[in-house]
Amino acid sequence: MPQTPLHSEHARLGASFTDFGGWDMPVRYTSDLAEHEAVRTGAGLFDISHMAEIFVSGPQAAMFLDYALVIQSSSIAIGKAKYALICNAQGGIIDDLIVYRIADDQFLVIANAGNRHEVVEALKQRAIFLGFVGVEDKSDEFALLAVQGPKATSLLQTNTDIDLDALPYYSIASGNFNGIPVFFCRTGYTGEDGFEVLIKSADAVKAFNDLLNLGITPCGLAARDTLRLEAGMPLYGHELSLEVNPYQAGLGRVVKLDRDEDFVGKSALAALKEKQQESVLVGLVGTGKRAARADYQIFSGDTVIGQVTSGALSPTLGYPVAMGYVSKDFAELGSVVEVDIRGTRLAMTVVKLPFYKRSK
Amino acid sequence: MSNPTNLNYTKEHEWVSIDGDVATIGITKYAAEKLGDVVFVDLPKVGSQTTYMKICGEIESTKSVGELYAPLDGEVVEVNTVVMDAPETVNSDPFGAGWLIKVRFTSLPELLSAADYDALTGEG
Repeated sequence: MPQTPLHSEHARLGASFTDFGGWDMPVRYTSDLAEHEAVRTGAGLFDISHMAEIFVSGPQAAMFLDYALVIQSSSIAIGKAKYALICNAQGGIIDDLIVYRIADDQFLVIANAGNRHEVVEALKQRAIFLGFVGVEDKSDEFALLAVQGPKATSLLQTNTDIDLDALPYYSIASGNFNGIPVFFCRTGYTGEDGFEVLIKSADAVKAFNDLLNLGITPCGLAARDTLRLEAGMPLYGHELSLEVNPYQAGLGRVVKLDRDEDFVGKSALAALKEKQQESVLVGLVGTGKRAARADYQIFSGDTVIGQVTSGALSPTLGYPVAMGYVSKDFAELGSVVEVDIRGTRLAMTVVKLPFYKRSK
Repeated sequence: MSNPTNLNYTKEHEWVSIDGDVATIGITKYAAEKLGDVVFVDLPKVGSQTTYMKICGEIESTKSVGELYAPLDGEVVEVNTVVMDAPETVNSDPFGAGWLIKVRFTSLPELLSAADYDALTGEG
């Protein structure tokens, strides 16, 4: 199973490991809850080097991405970023991505580890169709460290030459961290402020330990999952899949249909947008301490009306939260449904996402 | 070695402490660590019957659900209300304050020794 350049560091810190997207990744170091809490109140450090870094370069790079993705990458200013989807011709979601514009003719696309090959393959095929040659999968050359939490920026600032606070949310800038050349991306997957720091794999161990020495708590994927769930962020393979279209997933705003150029999935997505979706993604909250978990069925009376895609007892809020797809008739805010928790019914109420929003 | 030698064990990662005809039952440190932070414990009611190797409770962590298998036949005489109010006790003191139930047993099946259990979990 592939390992990130930091695997031995995780083992040294006593991490437990799990298979995630085909990678052997740290699930926790000591306590999921303590790691979750560190990110909500201080700063946490995640190794997310399993994620894919795909560079798209050349004079036609923007034009190519405009065709390949559902967003209009040509409208991203240099140094900025956008959340994106790559869809198939039917409008199914191949992956969710972040697209960073590093230069006029250079973009960085970050894809999920488990979809790396699907995304690279789709981009390359779309490139061939346009006669574009600038798609390069450089995932093995880079490590990615997420530093997240209300104290992340001030802690990082002590070891870098650029003014991090001047970087807005969803932006990218090159700089150095303790003498190591890096890209600072002001993005994350926790609902907190912070950065994702892109570094050469060879520098990963030094950067990781420098960050630990700043007092940042190492955090595993268990905490990352509860953090993103509270923040209402989708996880591919749970909320998103090839069987799901962006309008069902609550991501219609990401799809830029009103533009002249064609893009893969455009006509299918335009038709889907006009259609009432049979089932849609909702947020659910319950009372008590029992979690509605992924794959549990959602009922109204004796009728199955949906399925949970992610769920946990929210560490921050103290009550069960879940996301799931329900029939459109039950998707209204305030609608009460029941989740079958291994034979016991838990009443849950449809609420607006996210469950947790940080105070600014 | 973390598994106390004065206790008996099951392959389902429970520990059993025998005192006369009453067995105190909990989950092992190994099981607690595998589960992660315990956030909810569902235990049988006092007076209910347990059946050997039948599920009699659940231990939920943030990431997963663990089942509590009854290590012997009997009647539940006490449940640990401390862990119901403070489930994290299962992680902090699995062999002590994190005990789960006490059962007055009617027969005593063969249980694992600490050495057997060490071997099972690759410890020792």
